[in-house]
Amino acid sequence: MAGLAAAFGSGAMTNSIAELEHTELILAIGTNTTENHPVASAYVKRAVRSQAAKLIVIDPREITLTRYADLWLRQNPGTDVALINGLMHVIIAENLYDKDYVATRTEGFDDLKKAVKKYTPQEMEKITGVKASDLEAAARMYAKAGRAAILYSMGITQHISGTDNVKSVANLAMLCGNVGIEGGGVNPLRGQNNVQGACDMGALPDVFPAYQKVSNDELREKFARAWNATLPTKPGLTVVEMMHAATEGTIKGMYIMGENPLLSDPDLAHVETALQKLDFLVVQDIFLTETAKRAHVVLPSACFAEKDGTFTNTERRVQRVRTVVSAPGLAKPDWEIIRELANRLGYPMNYTSPAEIMEEIRTLTPSYGGITYERIEKEGIQWPCPDTSHPGTTFMHRDKFTRGLGLFHAIDYRPPAEIPDREYPFLLTTGRVLYHYHTGTMTRLSPGTTERCPESLVEINPEDAKKLGIENGGIVTVTSRRGTVTAKAAVTDRSPRGTIFMNFHFREAAVNLLTNPALDHVAKIPEYKVCAVKVEPA
Amino acid sequence: MGNTVSLTMDGKAIEASEDQTILEAARENGIYIPTLCQYAGTTNVGACRVCLVEVEKARSLVASCCMPVSSGMVIRTDTKAVRDAQRMIVEFLWASGDHNCLACESNGACELQDLVYWLGIEKPRFPIEPPGYAVEKTNTMISRDLNKCILCGRCVRACNEIQVNEVLDFARRGYRAKVGPAFDADYINSECYFCGECVDACPVGAITFAQARFSGRPWELKKTRTTCTYCGVGCQMDINTHNGKIVKVTGNRNYGLPNQGSLCVKGKFAIDFVQHPDRLKTPLIRKNGILTEATWDEAYDLIARNFKTIKETHGPDSIAGLASARCTNEENYLFQKFMRAAIGTNNVDHCARL
Ligand code: SF4
Ligand code: SF4
Ligand code: SF4
Repeated sequence: MAGLAAAFGSGAMTNSIAELEHTELILAIGTNTTENHPVASAYVKRAVRSQAAKLIVIDPREITLTRYADLWLRQNPGTDVALINGLMHVIIAENLYDKDYVATRTEGFDDLKKAVKKYTPQEMEKITGVKASDLEAAARMYAKAGRAAILYSMGITQHISGTDNVKSVANLAMLCGNVGIEGGGVNPLRGQNNVQGACDMGALPDVFPAYQKVSNDELREKFARAWNATLPTKPGLTVVEMMHAATEGTIKGMYIMGENPLLSDPDLAHVETALQKLDFLVVQDIFLTETAKRAHVVLPSACFAEKDGTFTNTERRVQRVRTVVSAPGLAKPDWEIIRELANRLGYPMNYTSPAEIMEEIRTLTPSYGGITYERIEKEGIQWPCPDTSHPGTTFMHRDKFTRGLGLFHAIDYRPPAEIPDREYPFLLTTGRVLYHYHTGTMTRLSPGTTERCPESLVEINPEDAKKLGIENGGIVTVTSRRGTVTAKAAVTDRSPRGTIFMNFHFREAAVNLLTNPALDHVAKIPEYKVCAVKVEPA
Repeated sequence: MGNTVSLTMDGKAIEASEDQTILEAARENGIYIPTLCQYAGTTNVGACRVCLVEVEKARSLVASCCMPVSSGMVIRTDTKAVRDAQRMIVEFLWASGDHNCLACESNGACELQDLVYWLGIEKPRFPIEPPGYAVEKTNTMISRDLNKCILCGRCVRACNEIQVNEVLDFARRGYRAKVGPAFDADYINSECYFCGECVDACPVGAITFAQARFSGRPWELKKTRTTCTYCGVGCQMDINTHNGKIVKVTGNRNYGLPNQGSLCVKGKFAIDFVQHPDRLKTPLIRKNGILTEATWDEAYDLIARNFKTIKETHGPDSIAGLASARCTNEENYLFQKFMRAAIGTNNVDHCARL
């Protein structure tokens, strides 16, 4: 988010999913789309098979999408900035960039040009492990496409250099004039159904809805008036900072709605300590999660099928959620619970329906100004949608960027925070699998998804497995500087040598006991994607 | 759009675009031509031949799904020759399978059944000889009874052309052709991703929802449109319920973007959590170290009391809140408003900062 916002002025996916089917080239980097965003991947695969679009996949793992790719660059994990700088080096050196676009729509090109000068394909081969000739081929293919879309996901953001990675991706797209056109763009695919909406709604420590800064006096005044309250001026803490503050004793009370940080956060042992130190913890959820078990009060909430509301998908489309069945027992929708708590704390809230809340949202959130339940009854609308006569926006930054000119960032490659050494010789990367979701609390309750994927697997390359005496299906222990987990080995070429892959869906093999909480310096996203481990047969 | 051409269909003068098929032109003009193998978003193959029409000067009946219109064409969709041919085809399909509607999940939502009725067929002229395949029940998501398969190929094209999962194909051609994954494997032993596109595509009861078996007939099910709760694509789907119980999830091609009716295994087959017995049903309060059932009033009061005390003693910034990418916009909005206006802190975040 932070990276794109810095480059374009908005952190949202620039274009739409459906545009992927009708573009000339798709570059997918750090996204295992077929497993994490299966229906979006269908658009990509149709573009390749039925529309003759080109596909470049950049990923250390042999993900399913590589089968559809014209070119697959298998970089060493955590070397994305080096790779992208290498691509830009070639594009600039061979004069393949869009000079008009760079001149009229962007700023900062000279710095970028200087910065990528030393990133020759030959030098980059040493860092990224990608053959210089492949890198050159990819650079030419991308630059020569009339319209090209870039897709990325957590393989890009969950690094200590996550924000740099995103800025690099933005650089590449602008260099070739691919932002602000149909079928182009820089397109982060969000993993969870309503990450986009949660961010849009200001569930962030430094902004109100629509990214309006809490530190801006005028904006804060606007909200203070609308909400009839005095509002704090100082930006708050991020989730990882909250956990530190709780451990130090400066955060005393926490209210957690529908999150399970005890399984989803990096460095679980630390989160456990943090939660234990709290004087008072309230958890509101649909199940008694690991986090809820530590709470002083647990509140039962209605799930998505038991309430009305809206979710905003990855392409900024605000869509209706509808009541299908009634909630079990005494469970209530989260909005009703919050309303009641506010009243008991002496801050009156009187909403009678989610539609009424949306009416308030749209008066305070300019990008949602034209979103009403009536208008999105049949098909969701993509923000920005400033008023009720506006049709919504399929692709952003058309004539100018949200911030005016697109900003190039000169970025230097920095290696991951933890790199393999004698004691911890493997890189561990983490991610999702098709059949499960997040911490598994929901998908593991369905017989089908569970029979297809019943347990956590450690994917390891056959050569590595052989050296370590590990057999397919054998039990292995994986140890990092922070902890140890045990799981079954899956010996497969999908993993490159020296890298193992684990998913984070299973509490029995909680991979976040191993991961590194080192944070990206801007976006504060933990480095889930790479840490150093050792692997042993158990 | 190609150029506009004029033609005559069932005696009516109509206009069509020259890149349209006869079938498309007919539909646009409200003229009904039955189809079985035709499936929007996939190649027209003309395999079932129930869309036959008569075209003046053509030597034989033509499959309207594959024939482009041309200027001056004179077409009849309702002649005796057309109906006789359609009857012959449908009777053959009926006779070559085990179409026992009494116990079929698709009874009432079956295109073959509809066509038999529409053509007024009492019973087939051929002896009924189903192939005698074993019903595939080796996974809990999708069940296959190829004795009901009419070899329309919709599942094959849905798998290859819509989801592009490239799992299904025809094994053997002709009279004893069969559809399925490579090497005649069951779905569970194949590369199948269980997206369920083939289930929604099948016009008969050959590919069905295993878990929905005997849980409600098509006309008893209530469909409610909503948005998938899993990934950020935000697929539109119908949750099918029967007397307040969730039976299955289906795609709906009328709902448009973002997914045009497609879903994945999570959206389609991972809905059981909603009505799972493990769901939290009452507020819980920790008493003597143990989480104990409580009323909403007790829970609210305890929370209000504690947050007030912490706020008074240590200031509002000693309280923090986590909202959720799983909750609705309205709830996230209220949550941050609550933290900022009611508690008085900006300590609000959620766990997925992508
Ligand atoms: S469920 Fe999906 S992947 Fe599997 S056979 Fe059907 S269409 Fe293909
Ligand atoms: S299984 Fe269904 S969709 Fe597939 S060919 Fe047979 S009848 Fe058609
Ligand atoms: S059905 Fe699958 S692809 Fe669609 S939103 Fe749900 S999880 Fe994502």
